[in-house]
Amino acid sequence: MSQRQIIQVFEQYQKSRMQFVQTVADLAARPQNTEILQNAGVMSLLRPLMLDVVPSIQQTAALALGRLADHSDNLAEAVVREDILPQLVHSLASQNRFYKKAAAFVLRAVAKHSPELSQAVVACGGVDALVLCLEEFDPGVKEAAAWALGFIARHNASLSQSIVDAGAIPLLVLCLQEPEMALKRIAASTLSDICKHTPELAQTVVDTGAIAHLAQMILNPDAKLKRQVFSALSQISKHSVSLAEMVIEAEIFPAAVACLRDPDEYVRKNVTTLMREVVKHTPELSQVIVNCGGLAAVIDYLGDCHGNLRLPGIMMLGYVAAHSENLAMAVILSKGVPQLALCLSEESEHHIKAATAWSIGQIGHHTPEHAKAVATANLLPKLLQLYMDASSSEDLQVKSKKALKSILQKCTYLPGLEPLLYDAPSKILKHVVCQFSKVLPHDSKARRLFVTSGGLKKVQEIEAEPGTPLQEYINAINSCFPEEIVRYCSPGYSELLLERLETYQPA
Amino acid sequence: MAELLKIRSEAEEFLKEYFLRNSQAEENRQKENQAATRIQSWFRACKVRAYLSHLHKKAIIIQKIWRGFTARARFRQMVKAAYFIMKMNFYEEMAVRIQRRWRGFFVRRYIHNFYARKSYLEGLSRKNELVRRELDEFEELQKRERDCLEMIKEQTAKVYQAHRLHHLLSTKQCPGVFNSPFRPFPHETELLLRQVKYQAPTRLAPRGRACLLGVPDSTAPSFPGSLRSPQIKTTRICCSSRPVLPPIASKKQQCRKSPFLSFVLTPTTPLSFPGVITI
Repeated sequence: MSQRQIIQVFEQYQKSRMQFVQTVADLAARPQNTEILQNAGVMSLLRPLMLDVVPSIQQTAALALGRLADHSDNLAEAVVREDILPQLVHSLASQNRFYKKAAAFVLRAVAKHSPELSQAVVACGGVDALVLCLEEFDPGVKEAAAWALGFIARHNASLSQSIVDAGAIPLLVLCLQEPEMALKRIAASTLSDICKHTPELAQTVVDTGAIAHLAQMILNPDAKLKRQVFSALSQISKHSVSLAEMVIEAEIFPAAVACLRDPDEYVRKNVTTLMREVVKHTPELSQVIVNCGGLAAVIDYLGDCHGNLRLPGIMMLGYVAAHSENLAMAVILSKGVPQLALCLSEESEHHIKAATAWSIGQIGHHTPEHAKAVATANLLPKLLQLYMDASSSEDLQVKSKKALKSILQKCTYLPGLEPLLYDAPSKILKHVVCQFSKVLPHDSKARRLFVTSGGLKKVQEIEAEPGTPLQEYINAINSCFPEEIVRYCSPGYSELLLERLETYQPA
Repeated sequence: MAELLKIRSEAEEFLKEYFLRNSQAEENRQKENQAATRIQSWFRACKVRAYLSHLHKKAIIIQKIWRGFTARARFRQMVKAAYFIMKMNFYEEMAVRIQRRWRGFFVRRYIHNFYARKSYLEGLSRKNELVRRELDEFEELQKRERDCLEMIKEQTAKVYQAHRLHHLLSTKQCPGVFNSPFRPFPHETELLLRQVKYQAPTRLAPRGRACLLGVPDSTAPSFPGSLRSPQIKTTRICCSSRPVLPPIASKKQQCRKSPFLSFVLTPTTPLSFPGVITI
């Protein structure tokens, strides 16, 4: 055979390998094919192709492997079991950029399924290799490496710590400053995943000056970037007061409020989450946010969105109101209570309702003014109904009861209290009657209203054991009225009169 | 001699008398002794008593004077102390009044300042209004920008379609699809077709099948405002190694009528595609 024919045989083999690998890579892009491919034994075939002579076959084989591992965690475990990882990690150091991208993709696909798989990636030195990739020039390689690190860091604190120990954070902060949008997004998302676990990790990230760079990107037009930036800032600020203060000192606040009208709903949600994490620490931080008009923006946001997206906004209002009565009054003045009432009636999920009930309790429990604002929005019967409803979850019942009790102890708005006389169970009734007994002795108009609206009648019908506080309150109320009226309103009075009629002999 | 006898008999009587008296005295001696002792003891007792009472009286006088002295001194001290306490109470009460007034003033002016709170809440409401208005305007502005971009996109898509549908343009003899004789006036697409100048299609560098660029779904390439032929999906497996340049156009593509289209139609070279796989 001539030389050309022999070489042709080799070229044909190479072409067929290339074709196989590219077809498998294309098929692997669809999740439906994964199982079929797995049953056909694709792993054992791809593995030697990853050691192929031709670089493009290696890259395509790695890409195919990554796609397969991405879709199924069985295959990801198979990748770990068959010791493909050390080989990938080794080649991450040496090969060209397309291979690095594909290898980083495989590592990411393996690490995303569970903490054990991530631990396996870390154990074979994957983190150090990925950190080396972060120092490359090519932005695609950096993006793939950062993404893989992000997926590893997502699971738990010790994995994040191993990433931090490998010195990834300064490199990630450098990636944040790169011009490519995708790279910025991924770097922000990875920083967010690292910071979310413990305060020490967040402090490490902050020490490298990440906050300033994140703050610069708030007004970037790209929506996905903004999502990640706000998520990162909220994960940093949630841990402690000093971290939250550092985030505030970066002067994001008046500008971030504008992002509450972003068309992307997750950007809005993340901004609200950031506000909630900042606000929950101290009254001064809440004051900063209230002063730049954050309350109005959040209340409008609550009006626009639905479902789970409302939760951070509701909790933010609750935290702000919880600090002091000034701030609670600020929430009331920004028309927060009608909005919360709407949320309470529109939402069907119990945890959102529980959060709303808690927030309402925080707003209403400070002074009679606050309680009046809550009562005029007709929220007390609603809270009572949530408490009494058997289908409410336990958490919801507990929260609505607490809220109701704390508001009732300050409520002196009698028209709001009256509906509660009729349906409430004895524990709540005690507080309601107590409030009546405090207000009625001093206010004659209220007494008149009480009698004419049938409240006195209802109070007479309440059965209470003598000696209990309830009986004392009832006595206190009865002593505000002349005896005839009390007798007139007591139950069975008409029968009593009729009996007297029976026994009366006209003279 | 008679005297002698008399004396002797007197002497005998005298002796008898003497003896009698002695014996009587002897008998009475103890009684008398006891009596004398008693009298003496009583007398001595009286003396001593008188002395003692004298001493007592003097002692009483001394003690009385001393006690009066110390009591008066103590009393003076008590009076001084009471005076002092009275003065201190007075001062304290005055101090309490001053402090009460001061604290009331201080708390009402600086800590729980009603007017500051009122003005703060009013200012907050105004700020909220302002923020709401500004946010509304901002949102409006952004929406308009986005709508504008959408419109531009739509328009470029239409122009692009017009470029591709050049063959549907009506000629003098034969009316085109969009220029039906039954219509009162030609369709807008027809007008667009008339405006757009025909451009020969350019051949682009074919892209590789397994494109290793942004494999993990990165952003879609942004749609530039200029005309570009679509990604022609090649079914070829082997990729050529270099991009193909478009033919050099002899005239600049300029539209006669609408300036909007001229913005859209400025020529660009097709981008070079990275990630070309070499074998």
